[in-house]
Amino acid sequence: MLSSEDTINQTQAVLNAENVDIYYGDFLALKGIYMEIPKNKVTAFIGPSGCGKSTLLRCYNRLNDLIPVFKLNGKITYHGQNLYDQDVDPVQVRRRIGMVFQKPNPFPKSIYENITFGAKINGFKGDFDQLVEESLRGAALWEEVKDKLKQNGMSISGGQQQRLCIARTIALKPDVILMDEPCAALDPISTLKVEELIHQLKEEYTIIIVTHNMQQAARVADYTGFFNVRVTEEGKRQGYLAEHDLTEVIFQNPKEEATKQYVSGRFG
Amino acid sequence: MTSISERRLEQRPPLEKIMDTVFLWAARISALAIAGVLIWIITLVFIQALPAIGQFGLGFLFKSTWNPVRDEYGILTPIYGTIVSSLIALLISVPIGLGVSIVLSEDYLPTQIQRILVFLVELLAAIPSVVYGLWGVFVLIPFLREITPLKGPSMLPAALILSVMILPTISAIARDALINVDIGVRQAAVGLGATRWETILLVILPAASSGIIGGIMLALGRALGETMAVTMLIGNSNQLNVSLFQPSNTISSLLANQFAEASGLQVSALMYAALVLAIITLVVNMLAQIVVTQLQKI
Amino acid sequence: MTSEFISEQFDPGSLKKNTKDPRTLFGLIMSGIAGTFMVMAIIPLIIILLYLLIQGISSISPSVFIELPPPPMVEGGGFGNALLGTVIMVSIGALISVPIGILAAIFLSEYSGGQIANWIRFATNVLSGVPSIIIGVFAFGAIVLTFKTYSAWAGGFALSILMLPIIIRTTEEALKLVPQEVRQASVGIGANDFQTVLFVVMPAAIPAILTGVTLAIARAAGDTAALLFTALFTQFWPNWENKLAEPTASLAVLVYNFAIVPFKNQQALAWAAAFILVLLVLLTSIISRLATSKRQF
Repeated sequence: MLSSEDTINQTQAVLNAENVDIYYGDFLALKGIYMEIPKNKVTAFIGPSGCGKSTLLRCYNRLNDLIPVFKLNGKITYHGQNLYDQDVDPVQVRRRIGMVFQKPNPFPKSIYENITFGAKINGFKGDFDQLVEESLRGAALWEEVKDKLKQNGMSISGGQQQRLCIARTIALKPDVILMDEPCAALDPISTLKVEELIHQLKEEYTIIIVTHNMQQAARVADYTGFFNVRVTEEGKRQGYLAEHDLTEVIFQNPKEEATKQYVSGRFG
Repeated sequence: MTSISERRLEQRPPLEKIMDTVFLWAARISALAIAGVLIWIITLVFIQALPAIGQFGLGFLFKSTWNPVRDEYGILTPIYGTIVSSLIALLISVPIGLGVSIVLSEDYLPTQIQRILVFLVELLAAIPSVVYGLWGVFVLIPFLREITPLKGPSMLPAALILSVMILPTISAIARDALINVDIGVRQAAVGLGATRWETILLVILPAASSGIIGGIMLALGRALGETMAVTMLIGNSNQLNVSLFQPSNTISSLLANQFAEASGLQVSALMYAALVLAIITLVVNMLAQIVVTQLQKI
Repeated sequence: MTSEFISEQFDPGSLKKNTKDPRTLFGLIMSGIAGTFMVMAIIPLIIILLYLLIQGISSISPSVFIELPPPPMVEGGGFGNALLGTVIMVSIGALISVPIGILAAIFLSEYSGGQIANWIRFATNVLSGVPSIIIGVFAFGAIVLTFKTYSAWAGGFALSILMLPIIIRTTEEALKLVPQEVRQASVGIGANDFQTVLFVVMPAAIPAILTGVTLAIARAAGDTAALLFTALFTQFWPNWENKLAEPTASLAVLVYNFAIVPFKNQQALAWAAAFILVLLVLLTSIISRLATSKRQF
């Protein structure tokens, strides 16, 4: 399935899905995923609704553990360690693989406390003021909020809230940042700011971004995975990874007919 | 066509219009009756209490004599007993109720079992007060006599039963508040590597705090006014005793014990006591309502 | 995969669970405490239900439902008069509170969305928090003092005030669950307001309203404090010739009176009556559970 395997393997894979099947109860939602996520690159997941791209994203930091009926078969390795081994602590995983959500979800606490929350619970002993400034600068938010750090994180604009959530994530100095449609709830200007931020962030972080917006994938991603849905014999919708390649290949010269149709806007 | 439909409109029987108005007014009056009853209760109790208010003034609240023979009345002991029994009950039921609400709002248990437990805890609230009293008299007090210096009815069993009775109020409202915390906030905390309990204690509980406080206040209101079980267990002594193993009294049990046989100024004194209890519980309940409705607005 | 390079900076062991980690340990302890509290909350219920079952069933025979309470130390007898008294007074309570409560709820959900409705709702909630002993005192002042006698009417009046907030709240919730489209459909075919409410909205909400009425009845049947000095108690049957204007027995007050006497036969009747009251509560709770789980919409 990975047609440009050489290109992807030139960088190291941080995360690697090997034959992953995802179930909700008895329902097989996503089947047979093999996928390598290269280091310090932006990988976009695109595809029609219901293809399971967000579900897969949440497998990388075991956030799906919160759903009782969720089950995963196969392996997702992180630097070679299977994240779904019995003895892996999901709390440790999430500390290294951070997440930014579709709807900005700051804690109902001050901006300052939003940033320090993760550091505090992880036993950070350094200078909190410095951490807050660094993280907010890292999320290109410092200039806008430096005078109102004591204000509630819910009181700033939606775009600022989302960057606060990114700042909160990078305050933990994670290795990977997962972004689940981070701009879905934002206006175009805020979207642009977050996209610029993503460009800066990939210097230090490996980023996976789920997006419905194909222009966004084309703008920010180095690699793109196209997920598609097929209808099984029992009439159930099942997601699979149709094609995964360099973004320019996916958008200009895809191997699969379905990919071509999707990126040219003919379905989905 | 137009003329027909116009004619039809005119033909609406006047009776229907009257019915509409009558119905609206019936509904309106019924709704206002609720507020009316509340005001009526306070006014009536206040008027009946006037003779005693005139006789004893505010000193009524600070004296612990209750002597129908010499017509000297004061409710210091019942006030003390009411507050102490309610506070002890809260002290026990707040942590337990919070624990219950956390267990029943997290994903510890399968949904089916969770639902049964929620039902059982709600059932605790439905059991009549007098049944708790009966059980306390025949089971709890004999049991406590085995393991404590307790001799008979006293503060301790009354407060213990109260804590059981108000537990469902706390746990039900706290659980609602916990469940209503935005799922995004929980995911954010978990996504940052918080453990389950870090998420609960640092994020979920603070976000749900106003609902929880409202629930605790409603429970307090219930404890302050609870009558039958307390009357049957507290011993109804007007001596001010600090020991939990000694009999005490509450305003509500004073009323329950004496009202039927009272006459003259004693009735008015009891009305005065009822007024004090009504005001205390009304204030607590109103504050609780305000806190809870504030929560619903968010 | 250049795994050699990765192993230099990443230790897979750091992802492993560590039961000695204070954070994990703390979570385990807290979960243990919460679980213990859960058990502690359920234990009293189970003990109380068990006692009621044992003591209650052993004291119940067909005769307790039809005979009068026995004097001390005399075997036999029952609480027929108290059962009948409870039925009479709860019925009076329901006759007053059900129409007023439903009309008030209709006002809240159909006629008013404004500030007045919020105040009425507030008053309803506050009224439901008024201790039943205060309601008893109030009914004593309003009815007993006015008519100079304890009566089933005074008891029923007191119970109606207890029932009102429950009926209003459940009815309003039930009415709110009826979709707006149903109302529009009715108005759209030319129905008047009262026709829409009475013949279209109400029928759709009836199961839930009945549930609320049942809950209110169960609550009223178990309440003692409101009856203590409104209906008082008597050893005799309710007196229809005197138009019920006499002290009237009730199950709840019987439990209280017989629980604090030293006579075994009366105590046994108290347990039996308590058993009946709790059975009523249990049944209504289960019925309301079933009724509300099958929503019409």
